[in-house]
Amino acid sequence: MALYNDIVMDHFKTPRNVGEIPDADGVGEVGNPICGDIMKIFIKVEKKDGKEYISDIKFQTLGCGAAVATSSMVTEIVKGKTLEEAEKVTNITVADALQGLPPVKLHCSNLAADALIKAIEDYRSRK
Amino acid sequence: MIYLDHAATTALDKEIFETMKPYFSEKYGNPSSIYFLGQEAKAAIEEARERVAKILGASPGEIIFTSCATESNNLAIRGIINYQLAISKKPVHIITSSIEHKSVLETCKGLEEKGAEATYLSVDKEGFVNIEDLKKAIKENTVLVSIMYANNEVGSIQPIKEIGAYLKDLNKRRKQPVAFHTDAVQGFQYAETDVQSLGVDALSLTGHKFYAPKGVGILYLKEGIKVESQQTGGSQENKKRAGTENVPYIVAIAEAMATASSKRQVAGGQIRKLRDKLIDGILEKIPGTILTGPAKENFANRLPNNASFCFPKVEGESILINLDFEGIAASSGSACTSGSLEPSHVLIAMGYDHTIAHGSIRFTLGKDNTEEEIDEVLEKLPPIIEKLQKMSPLR
Repeated sequence: MALYNDIVMDHFKTPRNVGEIPDADGVGEVGNPICGDIMKIFIKVEKKDGKEYISDIKFQTLGCGAAVATSSMVTEIVKGKTLEEAEKVTNITVADALQGLPPVKLHCSNLAADALIKAIEDYRSRK
Repeated sequence: MIYLDHAATTALDKEIFETMKPYFSEKYGNPSSIYFLGQEAKAAIEEARERVAKILGASPGEIIFTSCATESNNLAIRGIINYQLAISKKPVHIITSSIEHKSVLETCKGLEEKGAEATYLSVDKEGFVNIEDLKKAIKENTVLVSIMYANNEVGSIQPIKEIGAYLKDLNKRRKQPVAFHTDAVQGFQYAETDVQSLGVDALSLTGHKFYAPKGVGILYLKEGIKVESQQTGGSQENKKRAGTENVPYIVAIAEAMATASSKRQVAGGQIRKLRDKLIDGILEKIPGTILTGPAKENFANRLPNNASFCFPKVEGESILINLDFEGIAASSGSACTSGSLEPSHVLIAMGYDHTIAHGSIRFTLGKDNTEEEIDEVLEKLPPIIEKLQKMSPLR
């Protein structure tokens, strides 16, 4: 028995796309003031066939197992996707992709999609 | 596995397990029954009561067997306050500390809603209650002081003897005496627990912190201290705790207490050596680490098995899961691990902020830990902290 399922543990153990992009086109950061978790997402945006898409994405997270796994998962979901597609990703999408989180963690640690949306907003505001 | 969470629970000792075994299927009588089988069980619990009383410096009639320390704390605090509320027309006052176990804090909070007044004493940065603060907090209507013997998270041993002596003296001059309760769950194994010398009127214990099974506790209640029973029914436990006695577990807790108290000095010394090695090693190998609880010069007042830390810019649960991957069991006061999503109330009361409490880890050693295990922790922990700090957006 474990607190988290195997998919969550896999993303926690070997998180995808960890790090920062120094010359990122957009950066989004969210924090949970209650517990102190912080997530930061960096995106690079390129154009192809007239559409803007996420060519690279990295994250940095200070938080629990769920916080790390949701950050990792959201980067995997949207890498290579167009901004329009990426914007549709919600915290629920991320939790579903991880095949569920413990109920107590669903709201507090599942903020990675919010950080992504903020990164996209940041990119758009820079234009 | 390297088990370093003995303040959470301990494994049932195999020898103790043997002593309780006959009371399941062979000597299974109800102690209230008059035939041999019942009286045999009755004799076993009374012998256990005598052993426990002797260890605590009490008389057998002052020992109440319960199901756990939470129940003992409830019976002492709720029992005394409810009794006093019933006979007093004015609100009665409790004094406790802000670093108590939840079973004390939540009980006091609940009693406040029922008309009692409560003062929660603050503690210093090392987790000690100041007896001067206690003296100032005592009011005319104070009926109970409840201060834990040693803190479960940071290991600070409170000045129970001093408080006991002060209250004893004070009570000579008071119309309304102040009863003194201590939750001695973490202290018993390592610190002297003679109720006369501590000067306490009530003392709570639980078996599973010292190698007895989970599900059995003790409340020492000094003769003459009136409590309202928290459950009604038969006249077991001197009418203070109704319900058929848990015979095998009562036999086990008495045996475990005898073992623990006879080995107190030796076990404490061995564990202290390993604990010091762990603390020194972690502080040396992981820069920026904060040792929480009593500082080195106050280690005489720190439980010898407690090593608690905060690691900046990381979160406790992430550390715990990584330690678990390596087969190491520890605990954390991080909000993420609490279930209530609030950080450790103990660390907050000691003046640490949320971000520091976020990265708290507690190691508590036990009798079977070895030096090799400590070496392994010192090898495995630093890269875990480094990896998590690298992942953190804080620099």
